[in-house]
Amino acid sequence: MNKLPLIIKREYLAKVRNKSFVVMTFLSPILMVGMVVLIAYLTKINDNEKRVIGLLNESDYFSTDFNPTESVSFVRFDDISLQAAKDSTERMGFYGLLHIPNENNLKMVTENSFFYTKDAPSTSVLDRIENIFQDRLRKRRLQELGVSTEEFATMDSAFELRTATFAGQTNLKGINEIKAFIGGGFGYLIMMFIIIYGGFVMRSVIEEKTSRIIEVIISSVKPFQLMLGKIIGTSLAGITQFVIWIISGVLLLFVAFSIFDIDPSALSNGPNTANMVVGMTPPVPTADQTMKLYAQELFQIPWVMLISFFIIYFILGYLIYSSIYAAIGAAVDNETDTQQFIFPIILPLMLAIYVGFFSVFSNPHGPIAVGFSLFPLTSPIVMLMRLPGGIGEGGVPIWQVVTSILLLIGTFIGIVWLAAKIYRVGILMYGKKPTYKELLRWLKY
Amino acid sequence: MNNILVTEEVTKRFGKHIALNKVSLEIPKNSIYGLLGPNGAGKTTLIRIINQITFPDSGKVFFDGELLKPQHIAMIGYLPEERGLYKSMKVGEQALYLAQLKGLSKAEAKKRLKFWFERLEIGDWWNKKVQELSKGMAQKIQFIVTVLHEPKLLIFDEPFSGFDPINANIIKDEILRLKENGTSIIFSTHRMESVEELCEYIALLHESEKILDGRLSDIKKAYKRNIFKVGLEVENGDELLKELMEKFDIATSTYDLKERQLDFTVQLPSNDSGEMLSYLSNRANVNLYLETIPSANEIFIQTVKNKGIHE
Repeated sequence: MNKLPLIIKREYLAKVRNKSFVVMTFLSPILMVGMVVLIAYLTKINDNEKRVIGLLNESDYFSTDFNPTESVSFVRFDDISLQAAKDSTERMGFYGLLHIPNENNLKMVTENSFFYTKDAPSTSVLDRIENIFQDRLRKRRLQELGVSTEEFATMDSAFELRTATFAGQTNLKGINEIKAFIGGGFGYLIMMFIIIYGGFVMRSVIEEKTSRIIEVIISSVKPFQLMLGKIIGTSLAGITQFVIWIISGVLLLFVAFSIFDIDPSALSNGPNTANMVVGMTPPVPTADQTMKLYAQELFQIPWVMLISFFIIYFILGYLIYSSIYAAIGAAVDNETDTQQFIFPIILPLMLAIYVGFFSVFSNPHGPIAVGFSLFPLTSPIVMLMRLPGGIGEGGVPIWQVVTSILLLIGTFIGIVWLAAKIYRVGILMYGKKPTYKELLRWLKY
Repeated sequence: MNNILVTEEVTKRFGKHIALNKVSLEIPKNSIYGLLGPNGAGKTTLIRIINQITFPDSGKVFFDGELLKPQHIAMIGYLPEERGLYKSMKVGEQALYLAQLKGLSKAEAKKRLKFWFERLEIGDWWNKKVQELSKGMAQKIQFIVTVLHEPKLLIFDEPFSGFDPINANIIKDEILRLKENGTSIIFSTHRMESVEELCEYIALLHESEKILDGRLSDIKKAYKRNIFKVGLEVENGDELLKELMEKFDIATSTYDLKERQLDFTVQLPSNDSGEMLSYLSNRANVNLYLETIPSANEIFIQTVKNKGIHE
């Protein structure tokens, strides 16, 4: 008679019916979406603010260069002194005053120009003005060199070095980062899941100890069965929560954006577009095509492979860590005693994330990336960051994937065995604050 | 087989500490067996071995003639000393869960629970949460869950702790009734006085070793030292006492002159009290004659003392 399903069911229901769990499940997406919407809304308001800049141009240059844009407009002052211009700028509440003095040549003019503001000016406004000066200077220099503006326009075409693998696969610049980012997302998901639901497993074990029900239960089932049932039940509850979060989060975002009329893309590249408009460089003519290529490349990411490996690494990684969490819960009497044991668990997880973001992104097949993607405590996260590049030629070598999974399975068996031993002894120990030395001794009981 | 459970030289170590040292017991069927000893003697370790929560380093355990196996778990009911319930679960749901863990089907468990809830008059608790119950109430639930699957062997570790006297009596009656119905019961406690009225057999554990076991009445017979309490109605008690003291081994004595009542305890060389009685009946009116039987506690203390001397 198999009692595991019974235990899983109870653990699942106990978790899912828990009030704070329910509140978290439904409140988190609302809070998260609320945050995103708030940020987007504030950004939008910020962008909508139109800045008026006073312009005192005493030179012969720049008569046609300062044109109003969406966020900046210029008010020209003519034939007044700098002091008068400053005063009126301040009186009228303008953002600042740009003073271009009358000098002999363009170089002198630009070098002696000043931008006066009440407070330190925002970098985006400065960028804009600097761009205008730069363009003007460049044009001037070109003229001196005898190149016409039209000729320059043809010359100034965007260039990107195209890259390809030896196998002849075309690479796109930055696609490695994007791929690693997707893998990183999966890795991050695993880490979050382990920390949140591993903690749940631990607290659930502590609860059984403090409520003294543990001995009643293990007189009916094996401690290992109870531990496993607890881990599976809790993770099923966790998956339920995650799915609810994702679905409701997406729905809420969609609803919120349509209500507030926010363009989500404005969030990510708002400031850049502003700069590009001002810059004289025409937009790269192949942008659409590049986007298409990126999209194509993203479609070419082996999603099925990636998701199956995500599931493998997720299950193994989660089981390893949550059984350690269960052992910790069994070893202590209350949650405050867990700190000393939790830190060493979180350490490899954090390490994996940081190593992933700093090393794997820039060099997915470097020695550090390989090492950490083989080491069992970090491999679930780091390997997933490497995998979007594919397996085999041009991607992660097959032997590395196989080794990493074998190591992970070996560690899984070893750790679960150790954790089950500590768990078995620990759940019946009361009133002692265990040390590492004591835990080692328990392994021999 | 007349024994429900037999242990053969069961030994268990925790690191350097020996929790059980070659403990051999025979627990007869259909009896209440007292497992006695002070805290730390190894009672709980032995019980956990019987429940297969821990395993002996050496020695064997037989259940109903077979070597102890995992499926025997379903035939044992265990009420641990450290007991509790899930606080946030409802009473009925929790009882069902624990019963199912013992191998009962859901329908059967429900039927039996209904019966027991009625019997102990707690029918309206079904939908209460455990955290709303008092300690005594929770104990009743735990008792029901322990006996629900009608095990052949019941193990109660300090069953009366946490009960008020009225409920303790209810539970005691239930334990006796279960015994009447053929269940074998192990009753573990360090409070010796509660043993006398329940246990037919006892074993004494002390410092990880069994120092004494057997039928309680036999043990008591073996341990009684022919001490009698005697009460006499007599005119000249002082004189008689003097005579008696020469002839017999008188331990303590009191003489109430006004009531002419002489009381004393005497230790006789053998269990034959005929000589003494005939001697007394000629001289006084005997109104009390009682053999003192040692209590389990006295036996325990004496055994531990003797053991110390022998070693």
